[in-house]
Amino acid sequence: MFAYDPVLFSRMLTGLTLIVHIVYATIGVGVPVMIALAEWIGIKRNDPYYLLMARRWARGFTVTVAVGVVTGTAIGLQLNLLWPNFMRVAGQAIALPLFMETFAFFIEAIFLGIYLYTWDRFKNRYLHFWLLIPVAAGSCASAFFITTVNAFMNAPQGFDLIDGKMENIDPIFAMFNPAMPTKVGHVLVTAYVTVSFCLGAIAALAMLRGRRHVYFKKCLRLTMVCALVFSLASTLIGDLSGKYLHAYQPEKLAAAEWHFETTDKAPLIIGGMLTDDHDVRFAIKIPFALSILAGGTPGTVVMGLDDVPQDHYPPLRTTHYLFDLMVFLGMYLLLVAVWYFIADIRNRKQGVPIHKILLMGVVLGAPFSVMAIESGWIFSEIGRQPWILWGVMRTAEGATTSPHVDTMLWLFAVLYLVLTITSARILIRMFKLNPVEEEIASLGLEGGPAS
Amino acid sequence: MSYELLGMTVLWIFLFGYLIVASIDFGAGFFSYYSVLTGKRQLIHSVIERYLSPVWEVTNVFLVFFIIGLVGFFPDTAYYYGTALLIPGSLALILLAVRGSYYAFSTYGSRDSKVYMFLYGISGLLIPAALSTILAISEGGYIIEENGAIAFSFTALFGNLYPYSVIILALVSVLYISAMFLTYYAAKAEDKPALEIVRTYALSWALPTILASLLVFYAIQRHNEQHFMNMLNYAWMFVLSFVFFLIAVILVWKRTNYGFAFIAVMFQFGFAWFGYGRAHLPYLLYPYLTIYDNFTNPAMAQALVIAFIAGLCILIPSLYLLLKLFLFNASYVKGMKKQKKA
Repeated sequence: MFAYDPVLFSRMLTGLTLIVHIVYATIGVGVPVMIALAEWIGIKRNDPYYLLMARRWARGFTVTVAVGVVTGTAIGLQLNLLWPNFMRVAGQAIALPLFMETFAFFIEAIFLGIYLYTWDRFKNRYLHFWLLIPVAAGSCASAFFITTVNAFMNAPQGFDLIDGKMENIDPIFAMFNPAMPTKVGHVLVTAYVTVSFCLGAIAALAMLRGRRHVYFKKCLRLTMVCALVFSLASTLIGDLSGKYLHAYQPEKLAAAEWHFETTDKAPLIIGGMLTDDHDVRFAIKIPFALSILAGGTPGTVVMGLDDVPQDHYPPLRTTHYLFDLMVFLGMYLLLVAVWYFIADIRNRKQGVPIHKILLMGVVLGAPFSVMAIESGWIFSEIGRQPWILWGVMRTAEGATTSPHVDTMLWLFAVLYLVLTITSARILIRMFKLNPVEEEIASLGLEGGPAS
Repeated sequence: MSYELLGMTVLWIFLFGYLIVASIDFGAGFFSYYSVLTGKRQLIHSVIERYLSPVWEVTNVFLVFFIIGLVGFFPDTAYYYGTALLIPGSLALILLAVRGSYYAFSTYGSRDSKVYMFLYGISGLLIPAALSTILAISEGGYIIEENGAIAFSFTALFGNLYPYSVIILALVSVLYISAMFLTYYAAKAEDKPALEIVRTYALSWALPTILASLLVFYAIQRHNEQHFMNMLNYAWMFVLSFVFFLIAVILVWKRTNYGFAFIAVMFQFGFAWFGYGRAHLPYLLYPYLTIYDNFTNPAMAQALVIAFIAGLCILIPSLYLLLKLFLFNASYVKGMKKQKKA
């Protein structure tokens, strides 16, 4: 197909591992928070259905955690195996957050083990609940630390480059780089959105299939309220991310928006096609929107790609379409969450049933939210090509020279395929064999509070 | 103590931690599968599962911690080992992935899938084999640096006795350490039938462990004379290791003090491990890389040490809590409380 190139294959293998890992990692960051919320409400209101919800989510969580742990270990090692030259140089500056991430991971692992095996061990139910706090804090802290590493690759600072070696390193300054706040914020909040939709979709699907237990209603309400709050937050942070790009990485923003001429009153371009002469055809243009996104006013001058050397261009088409897809999916999720919120109020006050189309919309939100995460990450990563360390080191300089990366790519592709399919099958089986109604009956919970 | 030595010592301690917990874990997985084959599953399965379930995730972190720390303190290790170890490293990763996930699939998901048990039982034995070859590679002779490019020779590695001796020692030790621990755990659980089985495992793997150690001594003398001479300088550590081995085996043989026997096992491997590591210094990769080459800059070293101490302040109480709740909690160990999975 094409000649062997260790750089290309290293990129493909790293990309593949991350694409798989991100799904499980996102679940890993979001689910503990949702479990904590459900358990807390359950204890507070003395409502056994919420406690059961927490328990069922936790049960499924163990399976996703397992795949998250092993794919996370894979990417941790692959950083060294596939990018040894990058690690030799940048390892000096990013060792601290990587190290802290493993500590956060340690805490999460320890307390998750304790949490899962102490459901009925404490008389005071809050004691068990408190065990979840280090789990959720650990998973969020891991996301925080690892995202600072990625942010550093986008906005490296805190060192002097002398003869290809990093000297005078300030580890804290390197960690708290300009890209960090928006990146971390966006990663965390979108993880919560995704998990809200994935868990909400389970309840919505059950309701669509005609199951009427009040458990599903409570489940849907809890997850969709979270989805609304977090979708709003992610829209806000997304806007801030646009302003960050404008200020620090205008090339990425220009590539995402096919913005070739430096101007004010820049339009936002949606969809369309790009000719080889850099003409944009068939696109929807929203006047002034890009300037407003970048600087808050239509008068903001947005740098165009004409000011960027051609060999610093990221792949223009991929970047633009992925950016559009991410924004479109994000808007869809926000819309569904708002609609649900209104429908739920009408349901409570006037008894109007939740519409089937809305339930379908929630179900669709699960795959869409995962797609949004993937497209956002791929956009962000491809959008900083050709750099591995923005402005400092090119991707090709960081890669391994090993002649066997292609073989490893196929091996890992098979592994991930098997893991993904098996984990999905097991999750489905786990819950199909033990439907909620049966579990409620067997625990003798029927007749609990009705709403 | 210099930062270099401090960093390496800390990492070596963590790798020792991994050696112990992972051995217990891998060996237990294998015994669990073996007991299915021999029809003794009902007897020992619950003891194994009760120990493994809450801790399986923690085991992995020890390894990740070591690797991240190693590259953090010694960035050149990524350059030398990263390029050369693509294949063995990736294979170890795939095995780790299979084992980790299939353990969870088998424990939480399916009801007794024999295929899943086979996968995690067997991969548990292959992982120590794969990881121990990396230890063998650090002795030098398999990675060659020429004209600024790193090359790794599989034929050199597997055309040589030394890696085989290390692999055999790793396999045997895993089974020995694990069986010794399970003996202690079964005794604590007052589970007589399980105790009888795992005690037999422990005793039958004792002699092979010592023979494999002798084989490694013999092979390293032929492969890396200098390291062998260094090890002779620390001969007292290896002698002490052997003494603790005798104590452990005699205690188990006499059916007393299983707890102390397992502590003796830890000392046995501790002395051998630190004796070997001490003699290996200052080399990280013989003869190219020592701990003094391209050590991370002082600011980062200091930050790492501070992060490490802060981390330990949270980690040690947490680990203690984990052990207290599951390892030293009599009613949990005996399974008297009605145990509900999540």
